[in-house]
Amino acid sequence: MVIFLSRLINGISLGSVYAIIALGYTMVYGIAKMLNFAHGDVIMVGAYVCFFAVANYSLPPLVGVLLAMVVCTVLGIVIERLAYKPLRQAPSLAVLITAIGVSYFLQNGAQLLWGSNNKMFPVFLNGDALSLMDGELRVSVATVVNVVACVAIMLVLSWFTGKTKMGKAMRACSEDKGAAQLMGINVDTTISMTFAIGSALAAVAGVLYMSSYPILVPTTGSMPGIKAFTAAVFGGIGSIPGALLGGLLLGVIEIFAGGYISTQLQNAIVFAVLIVVLLVKPSGLLGKQIREKV
Amino acid sequence: MKKRIFALTMAAVMTVGLLSGCGGGATETKAPSPEGNGAAAIKIGGVGPLTGGAAIYGNAAARGAEIAKDEINAANPDGLQIELRYEDDAHDAEKSVNAYNTLKGWGMQVFLGSVTSTPGVATSVEANNDHVFYLTPSASSTDVLGGVANPLTGTVDIQRKDNVFQMCFVDPNQGSASAQYITDQNLGSKIAVIYKNDDVYSTGVYNSFDAKAKELGLNVVSVTTFTEDTKTDFSVQLSDAKNAGADLVFLPMYYDAAALIFTQANAMGYAPKWFGIDGMDGILGVEGFDTSLAEGVMLLTPFNADAEDEATKNFVKTYQDKYSEVPNQFAADAYDCVYAIYEALNKAGITADMSAGDICDKLMSEFTSMTFNGLTGEGMTWDDTGAVTKSPKGMVIQNGAYVGMD
Repeated sequence: MVIFLSRLINGISLGSVYAIIALGYTMVYGIAKMLNFAHGDVIMVGAYVCFFAVANYSLPPLVGVLLAMVVCTVLGIVIERLAYKPLRQAPSLAVLITAIGVSYFLQNGAQLLWGSNNKMFPVFLNGDALSLMDGELRVSVATVVNVVACVAIMLVLSWFTGKTKMGKAMRACSEDKGAAQLMGINVDTTISMTFAIGSALAAVAGVLYMSSYPILVPTTGSMPGIKAFTAAVFGGIGSIPGALLGGLLLGVIEIFAGGYISTQLQNAIVFAVLIVVLLVKPSGLLGKQIREKV
Repeated sequence: MKKRIFALTMAAVMTVGLLSGCGGGATETKAPSPEGNGAAAIKIGGVGPLTGGAAIYGNAAARGAEIAKDEINAANPDGLQIELRYEDDAHDAEKSVNAYNTLKGWGMQVFLGSVTSTPGVATSVEANNDHVFYLTPSASSTDVLGGVANPLTGTVDIQRKDNVFQMCFVDPNQGSASAQYITDQNLGSKIAVIYKNDDVYSTGVYNSFDAKAKELGLNVVSVTTFTEDTKTDFSVQLSDAKNAGADLVFLPMYYDAAALIFTQANAMGYAPKWFGIDGMDGILGVEGFDTSLAEGVMLLTPFNADAEDEATKNFVKTYQDKYSEVPNQFAADAYDCVYAIYEALNKAGITADMSAGDICDKLMSEFTSMTFNGLTGEGMTWDDTGAVTKSPKGMVIQNGAYVGMD
């Protein structure tokens, strides 16, 4: 029982990290209808900014996070303007390939700027929030912060896209860009705004990811980016609560698969579950069934 | 008409593309032009990951070799000079072969091989076909050399490539030496192993460790794995080792994953003895790493940047002055490679105008008969298998520094 519970906690801890990244992914996909594969690398940039702010300039961690958010927001807008905007009318495959290109550009740029050496992220969320059963069950502060941050971001994003004027404009653009423009919505500004928010979320995700897994290299963002994308698809891409659910489930399945079956087959099992879910429910767990209009 | 303009434009664009494709990604370093005696320089090439996730190893090797080249050229103004060129392979087998071909086009006469194992397996086949002498600093897989039986099946999967030699330990030696060391020193009664099963280096060491551990009767209670894709979360592996009551954990892996393991074990209150291999070298150099987490970690490694001998001190100082970081084992291995090749070239009386094939014949017989003293070991010898014989040093981390164990 203790082992089961501790695995569950580990799974939620890992899943909350996936979820927080998946939220940014799904937000950009939901509005701009494009898979921003560079999202994982924006996370990496955010982590580096926070790393330098805290480790080299000894700024308080919160200032580091805010700084990372500002830098990533600007980066997100610049990427969108330079790489994606010229392709607004291009087929989605072209945009996808460009996103992969941007991802490589950011990775190699980071390596050029900051070197390829491993950096240990300063841990400022350390210690246990809860310790049960004589220390057999531990819930770390990082896990609690991750889960709380996930839920908070999910609620704020849902409220933002559902209730605010900008959010409504975003949903309008997502449904039909042409019609939205006719209604007086500035499509370009709206999509830029989406990227700005998505990238700011990436900065937060980067810092939280690093608090749990503190080795920082220029390729840090690529694997969690892919896992988070999987989580987003799992939960139903485009759905904000789906990203949270998908991320948490993915983390729990991954830890259980490794713990109860085999660490060799860990990833194979995770993806097998994904395939089964998509076979039964092609739009993901909470995804909306979209009918093609003829 | 429109079509023709389009075709012309395309042709022009593609030609430009072809031209710009050349010359990128190379770090070429010319030897100071030899004066007076008219002796040309011998061309030594190397391939390694200068970009990408494994860039730390490729850059270290390229820099170590660069320092050796500079020292040799400065010390022998009238002797044989060296030209060195490193090409990038981004730790990719296909790119590594392309890089090798680029070096061949440049006129490379001696090849420093690939820095990492997976590309090394590919380039060693090419160099064997072309009969170019191959001495790798750090591609430690037995598949690079060939001719070694798989410890699990007992069959030889890859035939011996007779012109391929290694400066680093071949993986199985590290695994069996570790098992022997743990037994001899009586370091643990229950042993857990965590290894990376998508990496030839890690699995190679594990397989030989496993075979030797069975032979010696070591009590291995937990074996778990991870891959490149799952190398962030080790809670499953560590819980498994902890629940099995392991008091020593063997970690045949590179230090980046090990650093996370130490951090996570500390967070879950698990404090066994840790035992690593040469890939653990570098853990103290991770920027911002809390070295107290690595306190008491034991490892077998051929190179120690804190060693007190003159040669190591000079090398570390030059490296730090030039690149402002502490050299790791890859840099030392590549440095030794260039010196070993230079020594063999001189002994065999090789001149810069000889062909790569002739040089290869002479170097092969020279390497199997010579004894070399370098940063990574005294009295190194090579036999026909291509593997180096040198003794690993047992090190333990105390107060944030490596200390000899014996």
